[in-house]
Amino acid sequence: MIELKDVSKTYETGTRALRHVNIRIEDGEFVFIMGRSGSGKSTLLRLILKEAEPTSGSITVNDMPLSEMPRRYIPKYRRTIGVVFQDFRLLKDLNVYDNVAFAQRVIGKGPKEIKDNVPKVLGMVGLSAKYKSMPSQLSGGEQQRAAIARAVINRPKLLLADEPTGNLDQKTAENIMQLLYKINEAGTTVIVITHSKDIVEKSDKRVIILDKGVVKSSQEQL
Amino acid sequence: MKPSTFGYCIKQGLKNICRNIRFSLASMATISACIFLFCLFFSIIANLGYIVRNAETNIGITVLFREDLGADRIKEIGDQIGKRPEVKELKFTSAEEAWNSFKEKYFEGREDLAAGFEKDNPLAGSASYSILLNDISAQGDFAEWLKSIDGVRQVNYSSSAVAGLSDFNSMAALLSGAIILVLLLVAVFLISNTVSVTAAFRKSENEIMRLIGATNGMIRAPFVIEGTVIGLVGSAVPLVLIFFLYAKVISYLTDKFRIMSDLFRFLPIGSIFPYMAGTALLLGTGVGFIVSFFTIRKHLRV
Repeated sequence: MIELKDVSKTYETGTRALRHVNIRIEDGEFVFIMGRSGSGKSTLLRLILKEAEPTSGSITVNDMPLSEMPRRYIPKYRRTIGVVFQDFRLLKDLNVYDNVAFAQRVIGKGPKEIKDNVPKVLGMVGLSAKYKSMPSQLSGGEQQRAAIARAVINRPKLLLADEPTGNLDQKTAENIMQLLYKINEAGTTVIVITHSKDIVEKSDKRVIILDKGVVKSSQEQL
Repeated sequence: MKPSTFGYCIKQGLKNICRNIRFSLASMATISACIFLFCLFFSIIANLGYIVRNAETNIGITVLFREDLGADRIKEIGDQIGKRPEVKELKFTSAEEAWNSFKEKYFEGREDLAAGFEKDNPLAGSASYSILLNDISAQGDFAEWLKSIDGVRQVNYSSSAVAGLSDFNSMAALLSGAIILVLLLVAVFLISNTVSVTAAFRKSENEIMRLIGATNGMIRAPFVIEGTVIGLVGSAVPLVLIFFLYAKVISYLTDKFRIMSDLFRFLPIGSIFPYMAGTALLLGTGVGFIVSFFTIRKHLRV
């Protein structure tokens, strides 16, 4: 469960990114966060990842208040979260297999475990045949699939996707969304940040709308 | 850190070096120059020290007395000298012993010529004390004290050569220290720069590592390994060079100074190399490790 209580964030430049935000997301939920540029969506994501600290208020993830989390525990905490970005952020000099395996190496998994896990995840995202390809040889949709595979290979409890379909055409975007729904169905809490009304309207998931740092709406789709 | 993670960090550290090969080679070359000079001065200082120590055991002071001085007074002076703390060894040579030694050396095979002096020792006034000191640098002051003793006619000692060696040794140590320090500062700057450039190259990789839960240690380890390997290779290369050059140079010098072979004895490579290599490797890898550690700490606040 993720809970933000009266969270505000003002950057050193004076920009007020979030104002008194209250959000509660249950385990296994799929939630869209919508809003225009500068509405505070990315700040929200950074706060959940503990990349930034709120100016006031409290954030609790899986019963752990983030403000009380010791610094040395942050890497362990981040291992429970998968992140997907709009620009994929794949390592250009590694092939698909190694990009996905990278996430396992980082957390200290052994070569045997990596050899077992990577093909399974690549199969799940439909990239089994392209495991040797370099990112530059993949389409946008395939790159995003590789990024999703990297994000879920460590079996995170929470998947944060920041504009995952932002660089993709409509059909590919739909495929990526289907993949994210599938991951959610397997029990992972998924938070998708988007400004695409099309995607949101086609789903029956909960939508949180942010406007100038304030939650305007937080309800189930009708 | 798990063995597989450690292996990954080592691989990444080596990749960093290859990715940034020009800067890495420049850093290695600077470390090599620094360590080469260190080894050079280490060899010079160790050998000069060895020569001085040799000289201290071989070169002494000779005290000669007035011809009219009685044996009792000479013995009294001997006792006085022997009580001095600077004295390591004191040996008395009587006029007869001096003449016998001279005879053996210069009249060998022509003893008939020496027989003419049997009743009139030409070295009658050459009873002497040979003194070896604990510290050769005290020789000048000690000789002055000897000259002030009533009855002493002459004090012989080779002040210039040995004292000069001793002075040169201290000067070489100071000079080498200064040069090595300057080179170390250049090496520190270059390694720091190399690691900074690699950190910039790997920015996105580090960002991804951070987001998927890599610890600070794991993100920083490849950079620290990079710096340490640069230091290790940079110090190993001149050591290999010195190992082969040393024997050649010593053989050349021994040949050149054959005439003074008693004084100029050099240390064999086996007795100098373990200390030199240990210190040089520690210096090189230490500098690499410390500089990269602090540089990456500054660049990557996770």
